[in-house]
Amino acid sequence: MIAHAIFFYLFSLIAIVSAIMVTASKNTVHSVFFLILDFISISCLFIMIGAEFLGMIMLIVYVGAVAVLFLFVVMMLNVAQQKNQWFASEESSGHIPVGLIISTLIFIELIIVIGGWKYKPDLFDLNNSMANFSLSNTHSIGQILYTDYIHVFQISGMILLVAMVGAIVLTFRKREGVKTQSYLKQISRERSEGVQVVEVETNKGVKIDD
Amino acid sequence: MTEIGLGHYLTLGAIIFSIGIIGIFLNRKNIIVILMSIELILLAVNINLVAFSIFLGDLAGQVFTLFILTVAAAEAAIGLAIIVVYYRNSGTIRVEEIDKLKG
Repeated sequence: MIAHAIFFYLFSLIAIVSAIMVTASKNTVHSVFFLILDFISISCLFIMIGAEFLGMIMLIVYVGAVAVLFLFVVMMLNVAQQKNQWFASEESSGHIPVGLIISTLIFIELIIVIGGWKYKPDLFDLNNSMANFSLSNTHSIGQILYTDYIHVFQISGMILLVAMVGAIVLTFRKREGVKTQSYLKQISRERSEGVQVVEVETNKGVKIDD
Repeated sequence: MTEIGLGHYLTLGAIIFSIGIIGIFLNRKNIIVILMSIELILLAVNINLVAFSIFLGDLAGQVFTLFILTVAAAEAAIGLAIIVVYYRNSGTIRVEEIDKLKG
């Protein structure tokens, strides 16, 4: 139990410090790396409390795909040189008190909710459909994900498809002067357009318009 | 102190959520950092859902975390695509200079 507490405090300290560094770092590339560190420590916490499937999915999806996508865009847009010094600039100084007040209010509200949970636990009706602990976490998630939540699962697949199509449509750009294959043109070509029978007269050349 | 319960995880989620809010408000330079702050907020929500799911023994929280992960990935892809297109058209993604809509 002591080891559990020590690891919880270690990982949550890393997570909080790196979350602060994501917002406060001057270099955007550094903040992407701190975001990756944040995701890794949170997924360690997930694995520690027993949600190992979600921890691994978090590593694969967030660290492997989303954070690398962020890193790719940051490096492609060449914004790493644009330092984001929100402490130093005078234009942002008007936003600092407002942001601090609002986030402190939200934090206090969340803590009040947690306090209500802690000191009056019978306020909430506990769901007694306990997970089957003889199965592994992945097995039991799969058992309800593909039965009770199958429609939501398929809708989330559609969301991913739409997001993929949208990202391609948004960033696609037709370049001029690049010779590419046009599959539609190749497939829909017919013999009458492709082959031309020309009667060549003797002693005269033939000119085919090209 | 050594007994790690639900309250510890919820407090961690609250702290990370507030840091994400601070990041959205205070960052006026770079819109990518605002997207990363939104990712932090979604991460805090995921922490809450997983903690409730584990401590109450109901797997619905973990399933919903899975769907939040899906939606967050789609949102990051679309948001970054919009940022790339905007940068291509106007040459900047600084928050102060994105004022075409005069909002």
